[in-house]
Amino acid sequence: MDYQKLQFAYRHSPDQDAAQPPRHPVVVVGAGPIGLALAIDLAQQGVPVVLLDNDDRLSTGSRAICFSKRTLEIFDRLGCGDRMADKGVSWNLGKVFFRDRQVYSFDLLPEAGHGRPAFVNLQQYYVEGYLAERAAALPLIDLRWKNAVTALERHPDYVRLTVETPEGSYRIDAGYVAACDGTRSMLRRLIGQESKGRVFRDRFLIADIRMKPEESPMTLEAERWFWFDPPFHRNQSVLLHMQPDDVWRIDFQLGWDADPEVERRPENIVPRVRALLGQDARFELEWASVYTFACLRMEAFRHGRILFAGDSAHGVSPFGARGANSGMQDAENLAWKLAYLLQGRAGNALLDTYGAEREYAADENLLNSTRSTDFITPKSEISRLFRDATLDLAREHPFARALVNSGRLSLPTVLHGSPLNTPDVDPFASSLVPGAVAADAPITVDGRTSWLLRELPGGMFSALVFDGPEAAAQVRDLHAAADDLAPLRVLRVAAPGTAPIEGARTIGDAEGLVTARYDGQPGTVILLRPDQHLCARWRAPVPQALRAALRHALALDRGPGEGSRGDRLWTI
Amino acid sequence: MDHLITSPNLEAPDDFYEALIEAHRDLSTEESHALNARLVLLLANHIGSLAVLRKALDAARAGGARNAPA
Repeated sequence: MDYQKLQFAYRHSPDQDAAQPPRHPVVVVGAGPIGLALAIDLAQQGVPVVLLDNDDRLSTGSRAICFSKRTLEIFDRLGCGDRMADKGVSWNLGKVFFRDRQVYSFDLLPEAGHGRPAFVNLQQYYVEGYLAERAAALPLIDLRWKNAVTALERHPDYVRLTVETPEGSYRIDAGYVAACDGTRSMLRRLIGQESKGRVFRDRFLIADIRMKPEESPMTLEAERWFWFDPPFHRNQSVLLHMQPDDVWRIDFQLGWDADPEVERRPENIVPRVRALLGQDARFELEWASVYTFACLRMEAFRHGRILFAGDSAHGVSPFGARGANSGMQDAENLAWKLAYLLQGRAGNALLDTYGAEREYAADENLLNSTRSTDFITPKSEISRLFRDATLDLAREHPFARALVNSGRLSLPTVLHGSPLNTPDVDPFASSLVPGAVAADAPITVDGRTSWLLRELPGGMFSALVFDGPEAAAQVRDLHAAADDLAPLRVLRVAAPGTAPIEGARTIGDAEGLVTARYDGQPGTVILLRPDQHLCARWRAPVPQALRAALRHALALDRGPGEGSRGDRLWTI
Repeated sequence: MDHLITSPNLEAPDDFYEALIEAHRDLSTEESHALNARLVLLLANHIGSLAVLRKALDAARAGGARNAPA
């Protein structure tokens, strides 16, 4: 299937014939990777979604390309992880070159025992295509191509959207609107907001080339190769990635003075590629683009009933693969909160924490992205001097390698200080602190081997109970605590082959890595949110503590939150 | 240990100073700047403490400001 040529049919919706604007609990605007993931996540949790897209095609060119381990874990939960991982080119190793020599290499996943690699490279059109196919299989998603939002009215209890189609415009009322409509977000403009930050005065050329590996004079690997000031592209940087279908992605730094029109011409791109690969390289140019970038974000991601996610809310430089990957984390953060609100399990205060948590994450991504950019494109002579000195020393001295910054590659943000975390009262020796994403580990369950994260239920809280004499009582306490609050699955971590107990799924700690990564001891309980973030942990919790932590993770103890009026109006 | 030592601490001040100047012998200004940058990075790693390094950066910057033309 050529996803770049795929065109989705515009279909007439009965909403267009309605006398009054029809009402929908959630409208997601933008069927890019973030909007699609959000819609799938919501639908899997029982929430009907109208998904609007102003176009009828998928992304052109590789664009986002690097999808992180965390994103693959989210895709697993959304039912398309295997397709993405099987098609994508997996890689863990990055190499850094300075001038004519390799300076060092780094392994992004140095330990075994994770279900997914650090990254896969996959053209954005595949990611969107697989997500769109998954969305099409979910009856709760009403995906409308060629439906562009052109106006919105904000009311206390709903948002009225005007939607333009090839057959004219119509209106719908939404309980909540998720704006996943990208960098040039129409919704952001319609509510008079803007993203603010630093624009970098530099230009980069992306060239996607198609080439059989044997046609390349240079031996290539499934790794991330980054050159500072290489002989074939003096004074600038170059980044090379392998993609599926014998497509290679090359990013050439051009400098601010480059003329995008001139640089985009094939006759100017081909010599640059040949300079890198060798004059005999035989390839076809698939797609090229010249881009500039900025590090910026909206001040607030929540504006009443309108929530911004992905590039509409924040923009980063491409070094670090923090754009689409952080957007995916926005989507999974938002999905369960919206679902719980609409299902009457939580109040508006929970939705407020979407903004708090993801603005914090955006700041972390922006900081990393800005630092990488300052290293890659030094802004002054002295900055360049220190950059080159660092690279010089890095060949010989390990300490300097820690300073080399060719992009700090995306890791899920640890939501330190999140209002939903219950602070530790017991000592733990583990980097999995409250706010961290649950770590994966190999397990056995029902007589087969699996991965911990893939056995966590969607849309529910999970509790890991490390087996001990009190396990049966702890499992009962957990269910009693969750009873009327939220759906909860208890996973009891035990030696493989341990007899089951009532009310818990017994999982075998196949290699002892669950115990090691979570610092489990007999009686330890770890509470995970529906988005697999750790929110509380204890050595031997009392029942009241379990219930308090669940209430806290649902923001039930935080007052009504922003715009609470009509909280129950949209309950489904 | 976030104290920046500014009292005399070099075991052989004159020897050090001579070695510092000697390290730059026959280098162009550009090469000397590069050497200094490498030296700063090496010494910074040896110190390690961010708090001490920040104090050193502040002290170095203040020294420059005092000598700047009015």
